[in-house]
Formats: sequence, structure tokens, C-alpha cells
Amino acid sequence: MPNSATDDPEYDLAVIGAGAAGLAGAVTAAELGLSVALLDTSAQPGGQFYRHPAPALGATRPEALHHDWSTFTGLRRRLADSSVTLLAGHHVWTVVRAETGGRWDVHAVTGADGDGERPVRVRARAVLLATGAYERQLPFPGWTLPGVVGAGGAQAMLKSGLVLPGNGVSPAGAKPRAGGRVSSAGATSRAGGRVVVAGSGPLLLAVAASLAKAGARVPAVVEASGYLGYARHPRTLAVNAHKMVEAAMHGTALLRHGVRLRTRSAVTQVHGSDRVEAVTVSRLDRDWRPVRGSGRRIVCDALAVGFGLVPQLELATGLGCTTRRAQDGSHVLDLDAQQETSVPGIWAAGETGGIGGAQLACVEGELAGLAIAARLGGRPAPAGSARARALGRRRDRMRAFASVMAAAHAPGAGWSRWLDDATDVCRCEEVSAGRIREAVTDFGARDARTVKLLTRAGMGWCQGRMCGAAVACLAAEGPGEALPPSPERRPLAVPVRLEVLAALTETAASESGDPEASAAREEGTGG
Amino acid sequence: MARDRSPAELVGAVPDATFEITFDGRPIVALPGQSLAAVLWAAGILAWRTTRVGGRPRGAFCGIGHCFDCLATVNGEPNRRACLVPARPGDAVTTQEGHGHAELGDR
Repeated sequence: MPNSATDDPEYDLAVIGAGAAGLAGAVTAAELGLSVALLDTSAQPGGQFYRHPAPALGATRPEALHHDWSTFTGLRRRLADSSVTLLAGHHVWTVVRAETGGRWDVHAVTGADGDGERPVRVRARAVLLATGAYERQLPFPGWTLPGVVGAGGAQAMLKSGLVLPGNGVSPAGAKPRAGGRVSSAGATSRAGGRVVVAGSGPLLLAVAASLAKAGARVPAVVEASGYLGYARHPRTLAVNAHKMVEAAMHGTALLRHGVRLRTRSAVTQVHGSDRVEAVTVSRLDRDWRPVRGSGRRIVCDALAVGFGLVPQLELATGLGCTTRRAQDGSHVLDLDAQQETSVPGIWAAGETGGIGGAQLACVEGELAGLAIAARLGGRPAPAGSARARALGRRRDRMRAFASVMAAAHAPGAGWSRWLDDATDVCRCEEVSAGRIREAVTDFGARDARTVKLLTRAGMGWCQGRMCGAAVACLAAEGPGEALPPSPERRPLAVPVRLEVLAALTETAASESGDPEASAAREEGTGG
Repeated sequence: MARDRSPAELVGAVPDATFEITFDGRPIVALPGQSLAAVLWAAGILAWRTTRVGGRPRGAFCGIGHCFDCLATVNGEPNRRACLVPARPGDAVTTQEGHGHAELGDR
């Protein structure tokens, strides 16, 4: 194994993210002889799609909560058999060009939540960004009440922690039962909580099916779009039969559990004082404007909500990688046929190039692994090989489906009509829709950045991940010409303690061998 | 219909021995390998923080460490992401009020 754990290892390739794309890229590159570091925030590989319980939970049938689990176990086996160095619990906060030519420095903080442990630098000749995606959220009255959770969040908590949201146990009733009666049932959710699943996108069906199989009651799945958007592209559907099979499996599971699917509808109000007690579901017109008087109340204990996924691009935009806008308006990385970004030496695979799912991510990761191995080996791009050609065809076919999907679930412009002025849009800084509208109509803000500077919306802990899409829409509603939206540029991808930044300056200075520079910088950071 | 099924039964979980943590001083049961947020959800607890401005209750939202809504004070240390931090025997989770640094005064 080349360049294994030394104090300051240098690798051929650093892969950021150990989900489907990152795993496929890392094992492919390692199998072709590259030394590879694979960094991920979690304690175990799998990313969000293949998220699974920790070993101590002793899940004997983890596949019960997964579609296509064997793909993951295959990748996991190849990882175990490979020379890849898995760096679990590593939260990468920036990637920068190293002082030595042709190298990249990947900086990470470590630990379960990146807090309290040592900072790490990994140097590599190439970087594969496989940072995946997070959920797009659109606010609505009551969405900050406890019991309203992300649809992907509910899925993640179920897959890793074996728990359901809002299982109906009151805090007073949650005390452990006496003595030996405290069993595993006391620490994983009991059945029976009512969870409405709402938003838009194919993830909703998967989430609802998982929740129902795990014992939740799902009174309704509420989808803001119709499914007609898919029907306009019969050819793309026909060559992506696996997606139809997957949808049919979820649909069958929902039917079996008696779950009702309401399309062209949205949750427009959550009721409850300190936690969810009910939701109002309203019909939407084709632009997602709620139809007046169509609201119906559904009693429930929790709401799992999400409006599709958006690529996680902080590291890429920090490096200056070019983005383009996808059919749903989100920013995605602009990649060439070999999965390379506009910055030579920086590759990307999976959701960072547009939301397309785990199978596409595997294909792109493998393609990137092939291309990176060829580049670092001084060989021409592998596009001519049979393996690369076959992968390229599969990628293009699945990308076509992803485009249809993005267009079918693109948020309609009318969604903001279900906001009232009191609704907090920015959850972190508690900035209401009314204050954002004031910034737009009275103070002339025309983009999310100006709204942020005027109101603090998007300035908090989550760095605009939860409210960014909504704020951009509200800013575009102002009078006159809206500024074309640009991708967020956030120099730090995760929160980093000042002491980590200070230590970085010391390291850089001591590496330069100039003690005076070192002392000067220490003073600078202490001021 | 599998209405009475639990997630643990669905995946055939045979967990290691349970242990206790406390939430605002009250003991609750945890399974090894669960995040603090999962332990709290399993006990029917959905909120463990109040916001800085409105004092409103919050708990886990995104479930994957991105939204920071699930911040809790763990063993006296505020601003820990409960959805990421694994539960350990004897952990004391307390409701985090505002930024969690009351000793530093209001922001």
C-alpha cells in the first residue's frame, strides 16, 4: 500500500465523500494502482443513500430499509480489499492549491460533529468531489415546530438510529420501564406515530414506504407536482426501466399500507403549540399557488417534508469550479465527459453534477476513477476503452432521466403564496417572510446575498442551506429586473473553530522556515 | 399489514446492552450506536433547544448535520449536533437555551 498512514501522508487522490460516487471512484482508482484517501464525515461509509445502523445496533437485515443494498455491499467489499485509506469522521472545510506545484491540500476537522478533535491536512495530486446533496426546503407557516422534519432527515434517522419521528409518546410516558422490562423497544421507536410525508420529488415515495414498513402510520403523501411531467418523455422513461421498477416497488408498498397519494397539493399550515398536532393540506394550481378554500386538516404527530435535493457545492465553488443551472433552477457543477470540473485536477461525480440518484453516482464515480488514473499515469483519457464507453452510455442515459425528473418536480413560482409574513424563512436567524419582503420591496434587494446583508437571512449556523432556495425566490419577486441567481460562495464548508484557523497559519509559517513570520502571524491571530 | 412493527424488528436488530443517559436530569434508555437525537426521538422527545430570539423549541430537522437545529448542551458543552454525536453511557443532555453561553451574557 503506497503512502499509507504516515504523519503527513501524500496521496495520488483524495476523494471527499464516501457515498455511492465516492466509494466507486475510490475503489476504481485504487484498483488501478493509485494511492487513495477517502474522507467522510460519518463513522462508516455509505453516504446518505446507503446510511445504515452502527454495528452496535446489530441489524441482521439492514437491507430491509434499502433499495439496491447489494450494490453497496459490493462496493464495501471492494473497499475492504483495496489499499484505500478510509478517513472516517473527517469534516472537510476547504480544499486549496498546495504551495508545492500540482498538489491540493484538503483540510478537515475530525470527530462525530467535527468538534473538539484535531485538525487534519491531506495532500493529494488530484481531488474527486463526491459531496452529494442536501434537501431543498421551502418554508410554510408552522414549519419550525418540533415534529416537522426533513423527509430525508426522517429517512436518515430511521436508517441509522432505527427511530421514527413523533411516535406519539408523551414526554411523561417516555420514562424507561422498570427493571428488566427496559428492552430495545424502549430505545427504538414504538410503532404507531402518524407521519404525513409532503413536498415534491421521488424521494417522498421512498421515505413514505420506509416509514410505513417500519411501523409508522402515514395518513398521506402530499406531492406538489403532478406526475404528468414524466409522461412527456416516453423514450427517456423506456430506456430507464430500472427507475420505473423502483417507483412501482414504492407504490406497491404504499398501497399495501393504505397510504393515500395526493398530487398537486401541499401542506400549507402546521398546527400545534409546542409540537405538531395536525397539518392543513391545500390543492395547488399548476404554478403551485394554493387554491383558496381547498384546505383540509389531517391529524398527525409529525410531518416529513422536502422539495427535492440540491447539490452540495461549497468546496467546489470555493475552488472556482464553473457551475450551470439545472432544470429545477439549482446550481450544479459543469463537468466534461471525463467528470473533470473546469479546474484541472478537480473531478466530481454523483449529485454534485446534478441530482440523479445512487446508480448514476456509482457510474460517474467509476468513470472519474478511470479518468484520474489515466491522467496521473500520463496516459490519454480512457474514453476509447470498452469499459469507459459502456459507462459513458449508462451515464448519459441516466442523466437524461435525471433532467426529466428535475423538470417534473421543479418548484412552481406560486409556492410563496402559502407563506404568511410571520413565517420564519431563515430558521437559524429567525428572519420572517415579512422582513425579507420588506428588504425586497422597500429596500430594493434583488438577490439572496443582498437580502442576507439586510436581514441576516442565511447568515446563521446552516449558512443558508435551509433557506437559500426560498430566499432566492423571494428576492426574485421584487419589482423590476431580478439579478440572475449565482451559486453561494462560502469559504468555509463547515464551522471551524478559530483555534483551527490559527493553528493553520502557524503550520504554514513554520513550514516556510521563517520564525519571524511565524511570530508575526501568531500576534495577528491573537488580536 | 405490518402496522405493529418497529424499525428494530424490521431490520432484525440484536443490539448490544442498553444504557442510560439523562435529558434535563431525567433518565432515558439508549442503545449503543444511536445518536443522541435518535435516543431522544425514541423517548418521544422532539425538542431540546430554544431559539435565541423567539425562545421557540427546536429539535432535529435535517437529520444529517446540515441544519444545526438539533444543537444541544451535552455534558455541559453547548452547540453539539445531537444528530451526529453518538450517545455514550451517562451522557447528560440538557436543553440548550439560546446560544448556550448564558454565562457570557446576552448577545
